[in-house]
Amino acid sequence: MACETLAKRIIACLDVNAGRVVKGIQFEQLRDAGDPAELALAHSAAGADEIVLLDITATAESRNTLLDTVRRTARQLFIPFTVGGGIRSLDDAAAVLDCGADKVAMNSAALADPTLITQVAERYGSQAVVVAIDARQTAPTAWEVYVWGGRKPAGRDAKQWAIAAEALGAGEIMLTSMDRDGTKTGFDCPLTRTIATSVRIPVIASGGAGEPHHFVEVFQEGAADAALAASVFHFGLKSVEAIKQALRDVGIPVRPTC
Amino acid sequence: MIAIVDYGAGNLTSVAKALEHLGLECAMTNDPDIVGRADKWIIPGVGNFKATAPLTNGKLGAVLRGATGDDGRPLLGICLGLQWMFEGSTEAPELRGLATFPGECKRFSEQVKSPHVGWDSIVIDGRSRLLAGISSGAYVYFTHSYSAPVCGDTVATCNYEAPFTAAAERGNLFGVQFHPEKSGDIGLQILENFCGL
Repeated sequence: MACETLAKRIIACLDVNAGRVVKGIQFEQLRDAGDPAELALAHSAAGADEIVLLDITATAESRNTLLDTVRRTARQLFIPFTVGGGIRSLDDAAAVLDCGADKVAMNSAALADPTLITQVAERYGSQAVVVAIDARQTAPTAWEVYVWGGRKPAGRDAKQWAIAAEALGAGEIMLTSMDRDGTKTGFDCPLTRTIATSVRIPVIASGGAGEPHHFVEVFQEGAADAALAASVFHFGLKSVEAIKQALRDVGIPVRPTC
Repeated sequence: MIAIVDYGAGNLTSVAKALEHLGLECAMTNDPDIVGRADKWIIPGVGNFKATAPLTNGKLGAVLRGATGDDGRPLLGICLGLQWMFEGSTEAPELRGLATFPGECKRFSEQVKSPHVGWDSIVIDGRSRLLAGISSGAYVYFTHSYSAPVCGDTVATCNYEAPFTAAAERGNLFGVQFHPEKSGDIGLQILENFCGL
């Protein structure tokens, strides 16, 4: 393959509730971790390759707060910036993109109305469309899609949904293992590999990061194109540089942190 | 004033944001009169090559063609904007590009993941004015499914499946396939280089 210089991306995710960054353990027990705009800049300066901001409550009253947060964050951020959570229509997507986001991540709404993927892709390009899939293992080689922040089974097979999303115009898949999310026991490599080898668009692995070697595993065994984590960065447990050094040590290409 | 030409191909906000961060006056516009009065032009854009039709046709097309002749005012094409500066693209064979640079843009094959998304390393020709001060091997952010061939005007290449043009320049006409507005400090330096020409 002649694409060995393309860096594996390390993405810092900010879970935001009412304008503050929080991080839950399996989406429960929220802890306050700071201001989204400040943290996004700090992660960018520390070498994160991309920032994802997920509005985890996305209630109607928090929408304006979110748009303000997106605007403040985007103003100083010159690396790719994705916003997700509560994007239910083309207008919702347009609002966050117009506030300076580069991509929108869509989850439940895309399942409920798959044409939403196509609508946003036609207006802004596929590179602006990330389909987020929350998956839970149901059999040794089968994972089911969950919605409502991982609380409700959607009755769809994760692999089939990823393939459908690509055909509808998704530019990337953000794949979260609900079994691993918040556990810090490592990414779900079999899930990631199953999806990453079934589609031709990049797959971002999420859920379970705790140690630098987890990132090595998800790129080598999981065939991920990017890996996302939240709490490993916010609380200073592991720096982006430590993760990238672990990747460099085994010959995985990464972007230098400065 | 720098005109960021808005021809309906994607979101231009991030380019404007980067210029504002550098303290530069810019306007996002599709008004041929404003475009004609600008000191410099940036043609950003993502998506289908078909979207470049307004850059080639009508009054805006006439202004840009006139301006890119012997005018000497600097122009920077970004992503789809760079592809438009070549002769055309297999994505929309019925359309012609500006043809500043020779050759036709083509889609990546089924052998690699497409779009080519993420940070990739570029090999830089040290004579480039646009990329002055940027080290060869620098990582910049790409997101594209079509790529431009390497030609005599190529000043930086990237290798994904095969080498393609990451940056090209001829006189005061410049194009980059990657997104300087999304490439961190390196990208800001490139935009500053362009604005200082």
